[in-house]
This record gives sequence, C-alpha cells and structure tokens, in this order.
Amino acid sequence: MSVVAIEHLQLALSGNQVLREVSFSLEEGECRALVGESGSGKSLTAMCLLGLAPPNAVLNAEQFSVMGQPLPAQGHRDWRGWRGRRIAMIFQNPMTALSPTRTIGAQLSECFRLHRNMDRRQARAESAALLERLAIPRAEQRLSQYPFEFSGGMLQRVMIALAVACRPKLLIADEPTTALDVTVQAEVLALLRELQHEQGTSLLFISHDLGVVANIADTVSVMYAGETVESASVASLLRHPAHPYSEALQAAMPRLHSREITVAIPGSPPDMRGTIHGCAFAPRCKHRMAICEDSPPLLISPRGAGVRCWRWHPDYPERWRLQHD
Amino acid sequence: MTEPLLALHQVSCHFQRNNEDLAAVDGVSLSIRAGEVLGLVGESGSGKSTLGRIIAGLQRPSHGTLRFNGAVLPEKLQRRRAGQIQMVFQDSYASLNPRMTIGDSLTEPLLARGERRSVIHQRQGYWLERVGLGARFAQRYPHELSGGQRQRVGIARAFLCEPQLVVCDEAVSALDVSVQAQILALLREIQSDLGTAMVFITHDLAVLGGLADRIAVMYLGELLELAPCWQLLNTPAHPYTQQLLAAHPEPTLDRNKVQVIAPRTTELPLPLSTDVGCRFADRCPYALEACRQTPPWLKAQAEGRAVACHRSDDIAGVAPAG
Repeated sequence: MSVVAIEHLQLALSGNQVLREVSFSLEEGECRALVGESGSGKSLTAMCLLGLAPPNAVLNAEQFSVMGQPLPAQGHRDWRGWRGRRIAMIFQNPMTALSPTRTIGAQLSECFRLHRNMDRRQARAESAALLERLAIPRAEQRLSQYPFEFSGGMLQRVMIALAVACRPKLLIADEPTTALDVTVQAEVLALLRELQHEQGTSLLFISHDLGVVANIADTVSVMYAGETVESASVASLLRHPAHPYSEALQAAMPRLHSREITVAIPGSPPDMRGTIHGCAFAPRCKHRMAICEDSPPLLISPRGAGVRCWRWHPDYPERWRLQHD
Repeated sequence: MTEPLLALHQVSCHFQRNNEDLAAVDGVSLSIRAGEVLGLVGESGSGKSTLGRIIAGLQRPSHGTLRFNGAVLPEKLQRRRAGQIQMVFQDSYASLNPRMTIGDSLTEPLLARGERRSVIHQRQGYWLERVGLGARFAQRYPHELSGGQRQRVGIARAFLCEPQLVVCDEAVSALDVSVQAQILALLREIQSDLGTAMVFITHDLAVLGGLADRIAVMYLGELLELAPCWQLLNTPAHPYTQQLLAAHPEPTLDRNKVQVIAPRTTELPLPLSTDVGCRFADRCPYALEACRQTPPWLKAQAEGRAVACHRSDDIAGVAPAG
C-alpha cells in the first residue's frame, strides 16, 4: 500500500486553476522529490497534504489519500488526528516557523505532551534526548534558549526534531536546506537520510535544486505550471529526462566542473491567472509540434517514466514528424 | 606590470558586538585588473558581503587602503566614485524604490551625473532593450515585475553609467535555476562586451565556473585562497576550499561524493580580533599545534595561486576531495 496516493489533484484559488493535474504516489520508506520552480505548485501540494490549503481553495481529486485512508476536507478539525502523529512537515524557514517568544524546550515538549501524553518531566527528557540525537551540542542547556540564540543550521535541526518527534509515517520537507550554507546543507541532508532509514519514514522532499535531489531522493516528480509533468526514478531523470522541461531544467543547473555557462530556458512560465490550453510548456519547448495545442495525456516512456509529453505517444514519429518539420 | 584597476591593501573592518571586537574583514589584500571577473566565495559570516560593500564605498573600512586606478580612494562614497563603481544587490525588490517607475530608477544615476535630458532618455531606452525588457517597462513599477525582470533592472542600473567596476552581491542567488541561467548569461555578455571588471560575490561555487577569471575564498574575515578559476575548482589547495567543493551537491548519481569531511557539531565561531592562529584550524583535518599558534599568511605559489595555510605543501600531494 502506498503511503501517499494522489491522483488528478486539482486546486482553484479564487477561480484560478493553480494546481491543474497533480498525480504521484509515495511508497513506504521511499523518498520522493517534488521539483519545480517558484509558482509551479509544489509547496501548495504539500500544504494540501497537511490540510492547510488557503480557505478559499476549491479542491478536487480522484484520489487523495494517505496510508489508504482518504484525507479530511481542507481545514476540517479531523486533521488534528493526522498532523504531527501521522504527517509532519519541516518548513523552509525555521525562524518564522518557530515561535520567537517561547523557548526551544517549551516548543519541543509541547509536541510530546500533546501527542504522546507525557508529563512535563518526561517530555523535557525526551526533548533533550532527541536534540542530542540530532547532534546539537549541550542539548540540555539549549532547551532553555530561544530561537534567536540558535544559528540557521542548528535551528533547522530543531525543526527536524519537532517533525520527527512523533515518528510520523509521512514526513514532508519543504526546501529544508535552501537557506543554509553548503557545508551545513550537507550535514542536514546526511541527518535526514539517517533518520529516514532509522524510522522507516516516507519522505516527500520539496526542492528546486536537482543537485540536492540527486543526493537524497529515490524518485522524482517534476512540476511545471501546476502539473506533474514527469515522474521517474532519480537515475532515470538525471540520465534520460523524458520531458523537455526536465531536460531544460537539468541543462540550466550550474555545474562545478564546467566552463560553460549553463543553457537558459527561453521565456518564462505561464501566467496562472489565465486558462492554459494544451501543453503548458509548449511556448518554451524546442520540440513543439502542432499536436501540443492539445493537452498531452499521461504516457509511459520506454524507460518507465510517467510523462506528459506527446513525444512518447505510440504514434509520435510517424504521424507528427511531418507536421513538425 | 600594469597598475591594477583596484588594489586593496590590508583592509579590515571591525564591528562591536556585546563588548567584543569582531573582525568581519581581517587584513585582506587583493587586486582586480581592468576587465577581470573576480569571484568572491564564502559561507554566511565569512565577510564577503562586507568586503563587497567596502569596495563599493557603502562601508567604511576600519584599516587599510583602497587604490582605484592608482589613486587612494576617499573613505566615503562620493559621486565621482559612484560613476565608476556600481553594485547589483541580491534582493532586487528592496533595492528598487517601490514608488518610482523603473524608468525613473534608471534615470536617477544619470541625473546625478548631470547628463542632458536627451542623453538620459536615449540611454534608458537602450539599456531596457539591452537587458531584454523593452522600452515599455519604463512606465512600470517594481511590484509589477517578476524577480528575474527586477534583477534585469538592477543590472541595467548598474551598467548604465558604464562603470569600470561592478560589484554583484549574490545577484543570482534568489532566482530559480532557469532564470538564474538567463541572468548569468546576460551578465557575462554585457561584461565581456563592455570590458567591465566585476567582483562577483556568491556562496555557490558552481555559478562561477563559466564566469570568473579568478576566485577568492574567504572564511571568517580572512582570505584563504586566491587562484585562477579553473585551478581552484579542479585542484583546490586550501583544506577549506576542498571542503566547500566536496559539500557542493552536484546532480550526479554518485551519492558518496557529497560528504561532510569534518562534521561540525559546534557552531561557526565568531571572528574575534583577539584570535590567534589559523581560524580554520578547528574544522581542519590537517591542523597541527603550530596552526593554532601562528596565523598563516597568504603565500604566493605557482600559476598565480596564493594560499594561506601552513601545511599547503604537505597537502598538495593529497588528492583533492570532490
């Protein structure tokens, strides 16, 4: 049974279709990365998995379930049974996610007291043990400190501690290392990988950085303009990207050992305020064909990637090449 | 040898915090030749931005001198200097006046120089085209633009006066990769057309590969290594540069490549002016007792490389990580 099963998820915000077609699944113990640029809908998808979509959102899905159970309506009070215990999230910016007026210890213990019914003393001991596990030096003393007394990397560890405190089945990490220096990022990634193996958690890792993704994820879903355009294993995506956008995204990544300036993707993503006809990437795509006026269905590439691009249609070369050339 | 465009001699910048004297920049000497692109790399707290602000005249150094075209620069930013040294900032939204149209923001530096109205209008139009926006953007306000478009405005504003040196402080860090690639390509094209010298400050070594001629690596206010771009990326000499490169996540499938050489369980120390010895010693796998006693000097080596490390000769034989 998949831990997460999302099929044909759509979400409209005041009449604008911001998630148009999101489908992916996450197996037990797997780490799937959601990759895309700002505005592609990756964070919004994560918020839906926590019941935190904006109040004016209209959500539609053929399937939207975690551990085989359908999720409550967004904002419903039943979410309390899901958040923290079964689904938890690591936010990008711990400075704004944590309360500045309460000590780290108070915020961590709250989690143990609410979800695991511990008393004050137990919760504090458990919090200290957890911080120690996450390699925070002088854990006991640090419990009495406030967020501003922590560095960015240490605070992100506190965020991780909060999220894994109740050993959730599903952990969502929304750009957890974007604000960190590379050396600290490497430490945090190593820690996340370790914890994930230790607890057997499924991890949904949201990122815009393919380099980071290559280092942590097993599978990837690439999002563009509110749509999952390609879902594949990390190896398959990096070696043989099936969707033109995945290919372009990879070519745009700056590489250490390359003298070339990377190839920019011409144009910019579509305006989500309007209706998008056909393939959303078509205006920027170098493989554009006449058929791209119609929305491509979900196709399977020979290497097994699920991809929304007409080029993988069985009729592709014979019927459409002429139109294209 | 010809006079460098900009020469920094033993530049330091100290800040007071909690009765401690922090050396944000500590005795940095380097020079930038005309038309050269110098990459300035380091983690947060390394002093790279402070150094950039000192070069642009936005921050007064505590000690040391800056010579621009051979003449010692006055401490404060002056109108004359603004025409020759410009800056592109990381936060394109904060660096544009929200109540001024893009066109007005672009004419401001030319008005300050006392240019004629016809010249101003023509230059503004030219630069809007040149950075790929088009003249119609002159009437718009910053909030109507995307991050990439605003950064194009920032670039146009910096190059508008045809300065001899442009300081880019994390100019592409806040952008998505596809936009980042567009802006990098634009910067390189303009830079090589005009022959402007550039100081490119970044925490991301990978963006420098196709851009920089030389790279300077800073750590806790000090310059640890300075080398031609290609040498630095392929054969890093300083242990810190090696760690930085090893920690960089490359989109490759070799998972064991990215590793933490010296897992840091303590937080980054503050660069106190009372420090003795090498500031990197605590995180350095090669540190000896001597490293904690005497600070290393930046020593010149072959191929235009300079390294501040007591053990650089011993480490040279070791295959660089990354």
